[in-house]
Amino acid sequence: MADGPVAEVLLRQLATADGGLDSAELAAKLGVEHQAVVGAVKSLQALGEIIEAELRSTKRWELTAEGEEIAREGSHEARVFRSIPPEGLAQSELMRLPSGKVGFSKAMSNKWIRVDKSAADGPRVFRVVDSVEDEVQRRLQLVQGGQAEKLGEKERSELRKRKLLTEVTLKTYWVSKGSAFSTSISKQETELSPEMISSGSWRDRPFKPYNFLAHGVLPDSGHLHPLLKVRTQFRQIFLEMGFTEMPTDNFIESSFWNFDALFQPQQHPARDQHDTFFLRDPAEALQLPMDYVHRVKRTHSQGGYGSQGYKYNWKLEEARKNLLRTHTTSASARALYRLAQKPFTPAKYFSIDRVFRNETLDATHLAEFHQIEGVVADHGLTLGHLMGVLREFFTKLGITQLRFKPAYNPYTEPSMEVFSYHQGLRKWVEVGNSGIFRPEMLLPMGLPENVSVIAWGLSLERPTMIKYGINNIRELVGHKVNLQMVYDSPLCRLDAEPGPPRTQGTA
Amino acid sequence: MPTVSVKRDLLFRALGRTYTDEEFDELCFEFGLELDEITSEKEIISKEQGNEKAEGASDVVLYKIDVPANRYDLLCLEGLVRGLQVFKERIKAPVYKRVTPNGEIQKLIITEETARIRPYAVAAVLRNIKFTKDRYDSFIELQEKLHQNICRKRALVAIGTHDLDTLSGPFTYTAKRPSDIKFKPLNKTKEYTACELMNIYKTDNHLKHYLHIIENKPLFPVIYDSNGVVLSMPPIINGNHSKITVNTRNVFIECTGTDFTKAKIVLDVIVTMFSEYCENPFMVEAAEVVFPNGKSYIFPELAYRKEIVRADLINKKVGIRETPENIAKLLTRMHLKSEVIGDGNQIEIEIPPTRADVIHACDIVEDAAIAYGYNNIQMALPKTYTIANQFPLNKLTELLRYDMAAAGFTEALTFALCSQEDIADKLGLDISATKAVHISNPKTAEFQVARTTLLPGLLKTIAANRKMPLPLKLFEISDIVVKDSSRDVGARNYRHLCAVYYNKNPGFEIIHGLLDRIMQLLNVPPGEKKGGYVIKASEGT
Repeated sequence: MADGPVAEVLLRQLATADGGLDSAELAAKLGVEHQAVVGAVKSLQALGEIIEAELRSTKRWELTAEGEEIAREGSHEARVFRSIPPEGLAQSELMRLPSGKVGFSKAMSNKWIRVDKSAADGPRVFRVVDSVEDEVQRRLQLVQGGQAEKLGEKERSELRKRKLLTEVTLKTYWVSKGSAFSTSISKQETELSPEMISSGSWRDRPFKPYNFLAHGVLPDSGHLHPLLKVRTQFRQIFLEMGFTEMPTDNFIESSFWNFDALFQPQQHPARDQHDTFFLRDPAEALQLPMDYVHRVKRTHSQGGYGSQGYKYNWKLEEARKNLLRTHTTSASARALYRLAQKPFTPAKYFSIDRVFRNETLDATHLAEFHQIEGVVADHGLTLGHLMGVLREFFTKLGITQLRFKPAYNPYTEPSMEVFSYHQGLRKWVEVGNSGIFRPEMLLPMGLPENVSVIAWGLSLERPTMIKYGINNIRELVGHKVNLQMVYDSPLCRLDAEPGPPRTQGTA
Repeated sequence: MPTVSVKRDLLFRALGRTYTDEEFDELCFEFGLELDEITSEKEIISKEQGNEKAEGASDVVLYKIDVPANRYDLLCLEGLVRGLQVFKERIKAPVYKRVTPNGEIQKLIITEETARIRPYAVAAVLRNIKFTKDRYDSFIELQEKLHQNICRKRALVAIGTHDLDTLSGPFTYTAKRPSDIKFKPLNKTKEYTACELMNIYKTDNHLKHYLHIIENKPLFPVIYDSNGVVLSMPPIINGNHSKITVNTRNVFIECTGTDFTKAKIVLDVIVTMFSEYCENPFMVEAAEVVFPNGKSYIFPELAYRKEIVRADLINKKVGIRETPENIAKLLTRMHLKSEVIGDGNQIEIEIPPTRADVIHACDIVEDAAIAYGYNNIQMALPKTYTIANQFPLNKLTELLRYDMAAAGFTEALTFALCSQEDIADKLGLDISATKAVHISNPKTAEFQVARTTLLPGLLKTIAANRKMPLPLKLFEISDIVVKDSSRDVGARNYRHLCAVYYNKNPGFEIIHGLLDRIMQLLNVPPGEKKGGYVIKASEGT
């Protein structure tokens, strides 16, 4: 049997009741707290269709503690009147009575009593009438007797102002028989046990319906970081397109490979202390490929390979300066240099790794971020080929509307910025930068003259922030990451339709 | 990328037509510019200093246009208009000419004292120029833009422009002890010595950025006229005496610097842009500069260079099939006057003095492609056949990451740069024992060193996520950096795996178990005898 005597009694009463019963009435009848009946109703409800319960709220007038006292003892003014003997009473003495103060002024305004201020030993109070009707007491007694409706609205509100009456809301249940009503109830099973199966008792047991609206229990699991999930997808795309991964496991780079090899002049603003992290220790690169270095020096300072050069005094000390690489194009330069040391074979390379900038930090800029870079080296590559490769690459990212803008990069010419139409922002946004490496970069490496190298790059963080709806990069990268966000982040499916917008820091 | 701000109505008047914002944006995009912002002086001030300060400021519409960093010829209204008009074939590119004056040529004599501080100088004269308020403002603004970009904040080149009618040549460019230089600088009412000026300008928000260029030098560069009037003390300030105004008719321009090529380019840009307003437009009066070795040069150079590029090369590089005549037309629209010569496949291209950015045939190819329209080029896939390979270290990393997550650990991604404290003091180590590489110019302590261990990053991740339910199980597979003299740069990366278990009870056996699991995945057996792995107690971390 379920939930004790109250539930049992309730069911028995309900079996004989006409239509249903009220929980408050039942409580009064049984002489138990209303809350006990409510508890029984709830526990029976949980068992399924045994009963039906409808919540009702009723308003009722009740006496306050002071109101009850008056109903019992009479109003303050009546008590004052009664305490005055025919010969009168000194006012000072009257005021000392419990009802004195309130009762005196009320009795005065009712014209039940009068004060004689000329009396010898101070003001004296006398009765004016012989007897009084205590209307306040009568009305309160009516309310007490459950006949509040006999009072007018005005009378009730006056009593409420005197804090003798109060209106209370009572929530009660109207209980009626359910479709599976029975006076003998058994608890529903929530789990199917091996015993039930072996004994066959499951055939006769009632089962509690499964609540599909409740959340399931999430499995204990580890999670991959969202940015690195996106990195995995980009790697996958490059591999699908036949691109070989370049080694990029060298955060420290010489200015030579980071800038000079890319035909970026030594006075270029990117080589400023304000933009690049230089090293104090080890401050300088120990070895440089000196033959190649000389060709680079000549190209910068005097030109050659069909170039006018930059015509400045190129310094080896400047090229030796170590730094934290500012782009992974330095790794591409090393890869292309290696490629040039053997008889030429076409190559497609990619890399995704960290780069470092000594920049001003804000909500979308950190001192380190990941750069994605793709490179194709072959005979006779054109700008049209670059655009064709970019179209395929971005299609795999789910970006199909592309447009190309002329741009300037020190080491590519022609150069083009890649824009895609952003449906949400309703405008064209830059999604990448690209170009054909300058001959002044490739020919000193030793690559054949008719070989062109097309390349493009973008950051890993930007598409990831857009994909996961993150506005502050610090929530994504670094130790201030929101781990809940990591736990909750969905699979990375770059070519799938974007899901509904996510809110920040879902708990 | 430099941003040039021009008055919209002035721009449209010069272009001879109006555009909607969208039309102009489209034109910019096609030409390789970017209409960055549409604003007004009032709006700018109100944004930066509040509405009250903006009261009464001009609400003339301004276009802020991003210009490619190598196009010094587009850094002012005059250049932008000329570029776009030629691009749209509304005008022909002007021909810039250097003319020798009928009278005496202006002479600038460089003394050898400048050799160790700022050895180069070039000069020219704009004769009978007619300024208006807008032209004058543009002239000043162009100098500022050049100073900020090609001049590398005046370190490489500094420009001085003077009212020639207040001076009398020949001029002398020399270097003197700061205490021996005394003059009334621009917009001041009394004379100061160079020492005093360096002190005064320490609090000048504009000039304080240039002081370091000469600050600790024993001699400061200075230019005098034949009467001993100071024209300028480059790269800091001009003299007030020769100050130019809207009414100035003859302008003497001097550029001093440490980079001769750039000084010549800067001078060419200024005179090609503003000779437009001279009585004889695009004619620039020559000046003679005598170097300490006695050699004498005439400036501005205004050199036109000819290049011959085969039409099929341009077609092949861009991926188009245009006739040589068409390609010549395309290039001419880009301010590169071109014609077909020789066997009918060769194009002779004239590179004007405004286009110092054209240093190779590939620059010409790009201009042909821009004029053709990038978005009109037929896309194609290269036939390059290759077999893809993963970098083995990254391949293993990817495999391990998945199994670390499968083992219930969550991946963190922490910074490669950190403070010395993070990798040494806080771990009870001495910094010298870490073999860390040190950064010479960190803006804050967060970027002092490259990490030598992943542990601090993971601990900081835990500290930042204390509100999360326990336990926290984190891992990271990433690179650390240490000095290594066997590498060309003297340092190398190592790929590390680090994992942390954080709970109310120590649970060392959990992290121990993870290690066993990793070894199992890597197929390394336990036990010393089998050549496998053992765990031993050690000091510190």
